Amino acid sequence: MGPLVPQEIIGEGWNFFIAFVVGIGFGFVLEQAGFSSSRKLAGVFYGYDAVVLKVFFTAAVTGMLGLLYFSLFNWIDLNLVWVNPTFLWSAIIGGIIMGAGFIIGGFCPGTSVCAAAIGKIDAMVFLGGIFIGIFAFGEFYPLLKSLYMAEYLGQIKLSDVLGISQGALAFFVIVAALAMFWGAEFAEKKFPQEEY
Amino acid sequence: MKTKYMNPYLAGVLLGLVLLSAFYFSGRGLGASGAVKSVVVHAVDTVSPSHVASSEFYSKYAGEGKKPLNSWLVFEVLGVLVGGFLSGALAGRLKFKIEHSPKITSKKRLILAGMGGILFGFGSQLGRGCTSGSALTGMAVLSLAGFVTMMAIFGTAFALAYFFRKNWI
Repeated sequence: MGPLVPQEIIGEGWNFFIAFVVGIGFGFVLEQAGFSSSRKLAGVFYGYDAVVLKVFFTAAVTGMLGLLYFSLFNWIDLNLVWVNPTFLWSAIIGGIIMGAGFIIGGFCPGTSVCAAAIGKIDAMVFLGGIFIGIFAFGEFYPLLKSLYMAEYLGQIKLSDVLGISQGALAFFVIVAALAMFWGAEFAEKKFPQEEY
Repeated sequence: MKTKYMNPYLAGVLLGLVLLSAFYFSGRGLGASGAVKSVVVHAVDTVSPSHVASSEFYSKYAGEGKKPLNSWLVFEVLGVLVGGFLSGALAGRLKFKIEHSPKITSKKRLILAGMGGILFGFGSQLGRGCTSGSALTGMAVLSLAGFVTMMAIFGTAFALAYFFRKNWI
């Protein structure tokens, strides 16, 4: 029963090896999907290529449903799966800054690593920028700490906030994803497409 | 037109299975910016251990025997490099190239890429993770922060898209 490493069914020594293998899968799929191209990634914001939206939400729904089914069959103990804690203001403002970085730079950190791996020089520069941005955050941390720690709500789930079951939330997320896929297919037909 | 890339829905299912395997084996999801943070902290620690010791931020991850590079995400991102390279090699996409819209120069593209990276790096620390660690993984575990960060990232990028359109289309 999973998760295997936290329950010591697999030794802790294997954890970094697992991380490496998981990473290979992650990078391989990102590149196969076309996430190594910034113009393809940015396409979602102009409607000419919605690959980001399709891959991102299909992956989120697959991971979400997988966890719920694994939990249902007792294959995984959800109490041992890390839930990102919610610090409301930093989540919103951090997300806004990341969104600006996305439309200006054309990558996010994971996709820039993947694109740098196949030789995209713009991705290598973006990656260099991430180092600078993180260093800046580290240096200015004393000024940012109050914002960083504000509105701590705990390791809370959206289903608890809405007062519905996890299954019901999953259902609504799937409906929303299907609506977005329909919109994405419509937009791709409406706007001229190019392959990069 | 025949696409060179994998069907996006198939790629999404495969990416979801990669994410699920990370949960099943290690009890945690994917990430990317955290690995860069580890390298930054390691670099600062190498140059100036006293600066790390006096910093509330760096000392969370380094100093007093803590080894920032011994982290799950560092090994995962090394895997991303290998996996991306393998896929690019199989598809014949390995090539040094600056990709940009014909309306802008290579130099402008690189400046914008650098600025975008700085913003994304900074925002990922404030937001406790990037698109993969906070948004994707956070949504899969139904975390409120995951949904909030996802909407903030995509919402802002959509809202600003008009102003940066010449760089892309």
